[in-house]
Amino acid sequence: MDSQTTYNYTVVRQFAVMSVIWGIVGMLVGVIIAAQLAFPELINGIPWLTYGRLRPLHTNAVIFAFGGSALFATSYYIVQRTCQTRLFGGPLVAFTFWGWQIIIVLAALTLPMGWTSGKEYAELEWPIDLLITLVWVAYAVVFFGTLYMRKVSHLYVANWFFGAYIITIAVLHLGNSAELPWIFFGASGATGIMKSYSAYPGAIDAMIQWWYGHNAVGFFLTTAFLGMMYYFVPKQAGRPVYSYRLSVVHFWALVSTYMWAGPHHLHYTALPDWAQTAGMVFSLVLLAPSWGGMINGIMTLSGAWHKLRDDPILKFLIVSLSFYGMSTFEGPMMSIKTVNAMSHYTDWTVGHVHSGALGWVAMVSIGSLYALIPVLFGKKEMYSKGLIETHFWIATIGVVLYAAALWISGVLQGLMWRAVNADGTLTYSFIESVERSYPFYYVRLLGGLLFLAGMVIMLFNVLKTVSQGSAAEADDAIPQAAGH
Amino acid sequence: MDINDFRAWHTLVLMVVFFGIIWWAYSKKRKSSFNEAANLPFADEDRHEATVKKDSNHE
Repeated sequence: MDSQTTYNYTVVRQFAVMSVIWGIVGMLVGVIIAAQLAFPELINGIPWLTYGRLRPLHTNAVIFAFGGSALFATSYYIVQRTCQTRLFGGPLVAFTFWGWQIIIVLAALTLPMGWTSGKEYAELEWPIDLLITLVWVAYAVVFFGTLYMRKVSHLYVANWFFGAYIITIAVLHLGNSAELPWIFFGASGATGIMKSYSAYPGAIDAMIQWWYGHNAVGFFLTTAFLGMMYYFVPKQAGRPVYSYRLSVVHFWALVSTYMWAGPHHLHYTALPDWAQTAGMVFSLVLLAPSWGGMINGIMTLSGAWHKLRDDPILKFLIVSLSFYGMSTFEGPMMSIKTVNAMSHYTDWTVGHVHSGALGWVAMVSIGSLYALIPVLFGKKEMYSKGLIETHFWIATIGVVLYAAALWISGVLQGLMWRAVNADGTLTYSFIESVERSYPFYYVRLLGGLLFLAGMVIMLFNVLKTVSQGSAAEADDAIPQAAGH
Repeated sequence: MDINDFRAWHTLVLMVVFFGIIWWAYSKKRKSSFNEAANLPFADEDRHEATVKKDSNHE
């Protein structure tokens, strides 16, 4: 009878808490590799901790462990509450949690070993790829099963975004992970058994990789987090989204243009020119739906701006949308071939990614988790509002330092690499540009440390919120909260 | 039909579909059902509170 009248919050709590923990782990690895760039001799002689092995661990941990857990938590929460029905799938729900955690642990073990397929954001080797497929199919069954069982006639817009993300990531993962395990060709030893080679040759492989890579950005790091935004911004502001019509147009415009933007990662390579130009044009078109969504989110506060003053959770959510707007303006600009000729392969790209990843993805997740966690554990609010405010300012200063430092070093590198003397020889050697980049690497390290410190404050606040008061007191707190 | 004819038609069809979505989303008929949908985040407090209450009893 319980299952008829209640939701499944167990899995939401598990994913929500793990998201904070994996956030700290992933960002710590990020800080370690940032320190390696600033101090290159930091971990001399320890192969497992070299930059080349830890960098994919950092990206996988922050995207799939931190971001992924936040998405599982919020999508499971939102789909239940907006469909007014319990999660579908029985044991499959717990399987997605434990399966996803095992994948993360396997990534943390295999990447430092140097076992990698070498494809950016898809480094995990074939046995783990198979496990990801199983978990993702279970996720799709749970999510779409819940949508099918809904007790209301409408599908709230956030669910459209989550649905598109789940389907697209399945297609991308299967497409890009088409690979031949070396074991079928006589491999031996652990390293040989784990090794695989892409099924695609040369430039086609590169195109498939960036079709995957950019749509991981488009559908994992954007579409899915917009689903989060479309629930938590209205909920926290206490009013429905600014324009539901715009959200519908936003959805279809965004999902139909993102698919083609990938080639802008391959400007001036062996990729055919027409594909590069198509990638650039679609990237420019993307500005429109991206800003449509950003405006829709921010304008939800129209007429209630005063709420921003004393609600640090809303500050996180609205500033995340501002960063979303900035990086979705910057991205299309960088996809223009003439701009890309200078920006590509420089730190500017890294700065751009982090203004999106820290400013948008992490901050919208942090804001949503601060709204979600007290509610899940039957508490009125987080243990300390002051600490959320502190976290907000530390994180904001951290992102700004990080992004600004790498913008400057990126432009500096781009200009130094393209400078030529009158006789056509290069003005600077590569190492000269590296030397000039050092000051910015110190600032980047500081920015990353600040962002990580904010996450540690968050974990403390979360643990205090969860443990504060007994279950009985929490029980009493609910009618009190309603009575106010 | 040449493959390029197909590509040209494909582009036109997608444009028509896109303008169709805008026309559909902004038509007057949709207004009341969109209002209902937009309020879904605020429509289930009872069930949410029942869940939290049940979970805290079990703990």
